[in-house]
Amino acid sequence: MEGIGLIHYLTLSAVVFCIGVFGMLTRRNAIGVLMSIELMFNAVNITLVAFARYVTPATITGQVVAIFTIAVAAAEATVALAIVLLIYQHHRGIDVDRINFMKW
Amino acid sequence: MTPFNLTQFYADWATILPECFLLLWACVITGAAVMGRTDESKSGTFAIWTIIGTLATAVWVAVTQDGAAFGGTFVFDRLAVVFKEIILAGVILTAAASVGTVSRLRAHRGEYYGMILFSAVGMMLMVSATELLTLYIALELSTVTLFVLAAYHKTNRKSAEAGLKYVILGGISSAILLYGVAILYGLTGTTELAKISQEIQRQFMGSGSFPPGLALALLLILAGFGFKLALAPFHMWAPDVYEGAPTPITAFLSVASKAAALAAFLRVFFVGGQPAQLIWIQAIAALAALAMIVGNATAIVQTNIKRMLAYSSVAQIGYMLVGAVALDPWGATSISYYAMAYLFANMGAFVCVIAFAERTGSEEISDFSGLSRRSPILAGFFALFLLSLAGVPPTAGFLAKYYVFAAAIQKGYLWLVLVGVATSVVALYYYATVIMKMYFPSEQTEGGFPVARTLTIVLAVSALGVLLLGIIPGPVVDWIKAAAQSFVPPT
Repeated sequence: MEGIGLIHYLTLSAVVFCIGVFGMLTRRNAIGVLMSIELMFNAVNITLVAFARYVTPATITGQVVAIFTIAVAAAEATVALAIVLLIYQHHRGIDVDRINFMKW
Repeated sequence: MTPFNLTQFYADWATILPECFLLLWACVITGAAVMGRTDESKSGTFAIWTIIGTLATAVWVAVTQDGAAFGGTFVFDRLAVVFKEIILAGVILTAAASVGTVSRLRAHRGEYYGMILFSAVGMMLMVSATELLTLYIALELSTVTLFVLAAYHKTNRKSAEAGLKYVILGGISSAILLYGVAILYGLTGTTELAKISQEIQRQFMGSGSFPPGLALALLLILAGFGFKLALAPFHMWAPDVYEGAPTPITAFLSVASKAAALAAFLRVFFVGGQPAQLIWIQAIAALAALAMIVGNATAIVQTNIKRMLAYSSVAQIGYMLVGAVALDPWGATSISYYAMAYLFANMGAFVCVIAFAERTGSEEISDFSGLSRRSPILAGFFALFLLSLAGVPPTAGFLAKYYVFAAAIQKGYLWLVLVGVATSVVALYYYATVIMKMYFPSEQTEGGFPVARTLTIVLAVSALGVLLLGIIPGPVVDWIKAAAQSFVPPT
């Protein structure tokens, strides 16, 4: 056991992913929920680049997937923020508990 | 690095031509709308012609090109053809059904069609993707545009709320799916489905036991797809989004986007995950049973017709996945046939809701009371679509249910089929309640109304599809079966 290996990166990403899931479940602010989702995406990116480095060092598939993920997450965040803005105009607030015009 | 090959280059781009064509015109329609150069009726007509053109291109590609392109990341096989036709049929019916809805929007009318076309590009790419990154990007292209479309009624609170719920749940499901993809990539060192299958075979089949990592990856991917397909217990977003979104978009979501996700699901699990079937097949059986029970049981108590149809579509996905436990060409055939039958029945049912809401402004089930007097045509169509969803012969829905149940019984999943049959009876109850209300009202309601012309055409086409698929299924089943046999590896 010397230095930092694959397992450390995977543990880190699992922890970050779980923090994201936890935040998404407990945050009451819509922006907070979106940030938690971003955390989940970034956890995936850590996993991807770690695997790319340790499992397939000859190819760059993992890094490519990570770059695409970042771009897609950005696009998704743009749309999500626009919708949050729309919600703000309707509700004068972005507390997800109050956005329950329709029942579950 | 393979040297550049001009013939290969042309072949690759010819294979992806329908998507390129659709993408180009989606950009033109959106661009023209953004610059304010068109009015919305032109955009609508233009969108419909674009889809017809795409269909023609797809047929041309299907005839002239064959097999994989772009180094095996994209494939135009017979399964892709089947699902592309389903998706394009869904898109064209959606665009035609949107005319009234769009004319009532205050602004951004032309972009509406552009968004639908962008989403269609994503769906078409998705059914052809044989590599996980391509699949993911296509999936995101189709869902991000659907987020926008769900929130399109900007002045309507419900629509904005539907958009927010959809974007949050959509984001979570993407992250979960992607985490599964990342782990699968780590275990197999590749993102190509065929190679993943080989790797799983090579690494794990000999040992007889599967590592927890592989199970985790496959279950995360299954959960991600569960969200996209609105499969119980991942369906919580569906009723709210279906109720709040503009109704044509609800129809689009429930039909085309599900068909695309289903095709991707078939590719990932029937091809990539096939050697590891021990892990996921029980999970799918359990999820299918849960979806059938939860969907149908919750649909009974709904008072809003869109919510009822939302829960009913949760149940319908459960029925489709009953065919997945078979994991053979016949199972894939039954799923594809079900998707096709469901396309026409569900699209038709939602268009009936659009036609009704346009005239009465209501989406409550109780208001459908006495519809047979007020608009006999609409009531007749609606009854037909509901009967097809319930699975009553001679409609397509009956055969579809029969095929998936037959496929599951062959593999010994008797309990699953029994759950399916029992829940079908429950489903018949709530569909029949609506029909009884329309034809045998407790009190008379007055005020007849006509149905808009384009909506009548959409209804007629859907009804024709439901009846033709139900009465003469032979040619279609043969066509789908050939497609299924070409892509499901022999077991």
